[in-house]
Amino acid sequence: MSHVRTPAVAAPGRNIRPAHRGLWALTMVLFLLGGAALFAEPRFPPPDFESGHVLPETTTPPARAVWLEYLDIAVLAGGLIAATYFIYRKRSRTGLVALSIGSILYFGFWKKGCVCAIGSVQNVTLALFDSGYALPVGALAFFVLPLAFAVMWGRSFCAGICPHGALQDLVLLKPLKVPAWLEQGLGILPYIYLGAGVLFAATGSAFIICQYDPFIPIFRMNGRVAMVVAGIALLLLGVFVGRPYCRFLCPFGALLKIGSVVSKWRVRVTPDYCTQCRLCEASCPFGAMRLPSPGKAADAAAQAADRRRLLIAVVLLPVLIGAGAWLGWAFAGPASRMHPTVVVAEQLLRAQDQPPRTGVLTPEDRELDRVRQNPRQTLTEAMGIRRQFNIGTPIFGGWVGLVIAIKLLSLALHRRRTDYEPDRGDCFSCARCFEYCPNELVRRGVLPASAIPPMNPAPAPQVPAPAPFTVAASACGCAGKEGA
Amino acid sequence: MNPTDSKTNPGQVNRRQFLRDGGRATAVASLGGLLGMVLGRSQAEGYVWQIDPSKCVYCGNCATHCVLEQSAVKCVHAYAMCGYCQLCTGYFEPEPNALNTGAENCQCPTAAIQRTYVEDPYYEYTIDEDLCIGCAKCVDGCTRFGNGSLFLQIRHDRCVNCNECAISKVCAGDAFVRVPASQPYLLKTQH
Ligand code: SF4
Ligand code: SF4
Ligand code: SF4
Ligand code: SF4
Repeated sequence: MSHVRTPAVAAPGRNIRPAHRGLWALTMVLFLLGGAALFAEPRFPPPDFESGHVLPETTTPPARAVWLEYLDIAVLAGGLIAATYFIYRKRSRTGLVALSIGSILYFGFWKKGCVCAIGSVQNVTLALFDSGYALPVGALAFFVLPLAFAVMWGRSFCAGICPHGALQDLVLLKPLKVPAWLEQGLGILPYIYLGAGVLFAATGSAFIICQYDPFIPIFRMNGRVAMVVAGIALLLLGVFVGRPYCRFLCPFGALLKIGSVVSKWRVRVTPDYCTQCRLCEASCPFGAMRLPSPGKAADAAAQAADRRRLLIAVVLLPVLIGAGAWLGWAFAGPASRMHPTVVVAEQLLRAQDQPPRTGVLTPEDRELDRVRQNPRQTLTEAMGIRRQFNIGTPIFGGWVGLVIAIKLLSLALHRRRTDYEPDRGDCFSCARCFEYCPNELVRRGVLPASAIPPMNPAPAPQVPAPAPFTVAASACGCAGKEGA
Repeated sequence: MNPTDSKTNPGQVNRRQFLRDGGRATAVASLGGLLGMVLGRSQAEGYVWQIDPSKCVYCGNCATHCVLEQSAVKCVHAYAMCGYCQLCTGYFEPEPNALNTGAENCQCPTAAIQRTYVEDPYYEYTIDEDLCIGCAKCVDGCTRFGNGSLFLQIRHDRCVNCNECAISKVCAGDAFVRVPASQPYLLKTQH
């Protein structure tokens, strides 16, 4: 569509003939002169009061103090360290709950949830693509620190620092199991959302991740009705479905997931070794628990089917990417209308031959009047943005294809697993499953050592069982990362 | 307690392990690269949003598009620019029935402008920010027919400093800019 439309935007700009151009220049000069003459002096000179009336000052309530931004960064760093400590050393859910409450209060209600790590993806993208944009150091820290922790320790940020995650975590009362097909299907949404967020931030069109953030209005306790309702609805859903935003939408979570799949350390259910007692099997409310593979014989039986699926996925990979790119290219035009300059440029072209509206002016009329003073500039800008979209939307489409293909690949790949263990990517490090493990209860002194069920099937080795560093089945987006 | 990857069964430092280490190296390198690229463009001081009053075309979107229920944009008054007119074109409708404070004569839909007598024939106009919704009706009247001493500003005691100001995307005058947090206002001083 766009390739049809682009010339339509372009033509009038190019077709301003020299004669017209002269006319334009003349108009502009006259306008500027007129304006200057008009505004050089006040129409009604300020009075000299005889009564000695003193002019009031125009008040300027200050913005949030600069040092508070550094305080935020310090709290973030301290929180990440504390969360990691609670997950790995203390293995304490209580500690994480305390942290969650703290971060809901600090990052949520006090700081009003903004600028957050989730939105910072867009700030960083904009800084990459727009040299005129000064990236606040706070936004940069909120982007880098959680990711740096993720490649070392997994999602410590999600465990108790992210106010969005903490809020959903605390309302989770009656977790229901999401069917596997739905879980897998919805699991690719965060990557698509991330791609869209990056596309629109890179083109300077909009920060959609901020615009459609469901929880910020709750933290502000203020906002447009639709968004407040959406936020409350999502929270109500979160009572039954563990962290719906985190699992099926959060674009920063998508990045953290990639990071934690390759992380150096991982969260394990047991502090010692897995006795295969199955007590933790259903403990994870986020569908992150992975079971040991059924054994060599079953593996072999499934192999043929897996091979076929793998082959299909590999063949589909380029097809999906190509199809996505093509679709993206076809939708470059509509997508570019997310940018206000493109919208006004189109209005400008449509209203070209009509005289300026008079009477009661709508905001659109006024905007049109403004760009009419320098239509060339607006049209040139709009054309530039269109060109960016002609490149950006195919890349975005290809990304969507890639994400789907990797999801298919990961479903076809079966990894051998010997223990019960949380999926590296899907685990929010919430520490819920720890308490299900008898070994953990022994560690805490709740159970005597004799209470541990006998090892099943193999006898317990002295050393901790070899940690099986498997990527779990739902490792969407990570296979590509690993291969890279 | 925290078995690291290196504690894996020494006999099979497996392929998966190798891939993961490689993946982590890639992830760290790309994060570092990204950091290097944007660090030059980062700025120690934060930014806040503000309206450039010379670009505002008084479209009214400020009243309706702020993420807050009552907009953080308010009308402010540069008193030194004001003519203290008896017939204030910001205060009164274009053709008022009478020069009094009756609502039917006033521009402001919320009666946020207070008109106080100073001395003959001068009146002072003050904005009650709790009432003002930032609709710019008075700004329109004052700028087009008066001295232009009324103008809109984002008030930072109310603004929550959105990552991206919601009004900035719909502003008919394309008047929204980011300004350093230490100088958060763009006040009008001359016409
Ligand atoms: S997935 Fe996203 S919203 Fe959820 S805790 Fe992590 S960063 Fe926050
Ligand atoms: S930054 Fe947010 S709160 Fe402030 S004026 Fe803009 S929309 Fe309103
Ligand atoms: S007319 Fe609008 S902008 Fe002016 S004081 Fe009233 S509410 Fe505020
Ligand atoms: S949206 Fe822009 S043009 Fe409209 S009233 Fe606000 S600042 Fe002025």
